[in-house]
Amino acid sequence: MNKLMRLMGLVSGAMAAVMLAGCGERPQVMEYKQGKYQGKPDEAPYVAAPFNGNKDMWERDIRNRTQNQNEYRRIGT
Amino acid sequence: MARMKFLCDAERCIECNGCVTACKQENDIPWGVNRRRVVTINDGVPGERSISVACMHCSDAPCMAVCPVDCFYRSEEGVVLHDKDLCIGCGYCFYACPFGAPQFPQAGAFGVRGKMDKCTFCAGGPEPDNSEAEYKKYGRNRLAEGKLPACAEMCSTKALLGGDGDTIAEIYRQRATTRGKGSEVWGWSTAYGRPEAPKAPAAAPGGKS
Repeated sequence: MNKLMRLMGLVSGAMAAVMLAGCGERPQVMEYKQGKYQGKPDEAPYVAAPFNGNKDMWERDIRNRTQNQNEYRRIGT
Repeated sequence: MARMKFLCDAERCIECNGCVTACKQENDIPWGVNRRRVVTINDGVPGERSISVACMHCSDAPCMAVCPVDCFYRSEEGVVLHDKDLCIGCGYCFYACPFGAPQFPQAGAFGVRGKMDKCTFCAGGPEPDNSEAEYKKYGRNRLAEGKLPACAEMCSTKALLGGDGDTIAEIYRQRATTRGKGSEVWGWSTAYGRPEAPKAPAAAPGGKS
């Protein structure tokens, strides 16, 4: 009888431990907001080196580079 | 700065596939995935035309609208990008896209689809700029280096233009007015025309209006 009681105690203790483990579980489903981007944020292209946050310099560089595709500008008409 | 756009001049494209190769090389694209393709209409018939097609970075992107996990976003520069960590490879975006831009690597022998891959306008993705993680998942981030997409910059005839929408529209407008044709394309006045610009040359008889 004593053995049975001890076994029952062990089983109920183990069950309580298993059930309590669920409380520490992290939610595996993301918080879903309809129609909103759910991924990681992305930084603007001018934030990192070599522009270091200088948006005007980046825009100027891109604009000049875009004009390299224009032969009329590059080699003259 | 306006929105980043591609523009392919069908009068100039010679179907060399240089843009496709440049894209593959720059972004280390695996076999079976083509972020950019050259499409030829009336192939072999006199007057055939080719255009280079990839993601057009739509202002109202259908891929974005149908994605069940909302992994798409539009950057400040108007580039449509996605988070591969979130993508479930369902393929809805492929059905929604009118340009066939979303690509799916075949991950196994039984048609198992990998995560979606598409043209990023050489702008990487949602990882630290120019990091190894960004390169592995999305390819090179040329925009963060102050460069334009490799396909457009490598184009030998400059048929494929890439960059700020207003600037490339201006380049195309100058080109079409100088050579005297090209302005008969549909939507000319919407995309390239502007009231103060010199009048575009008249369309050839029998041409599109």
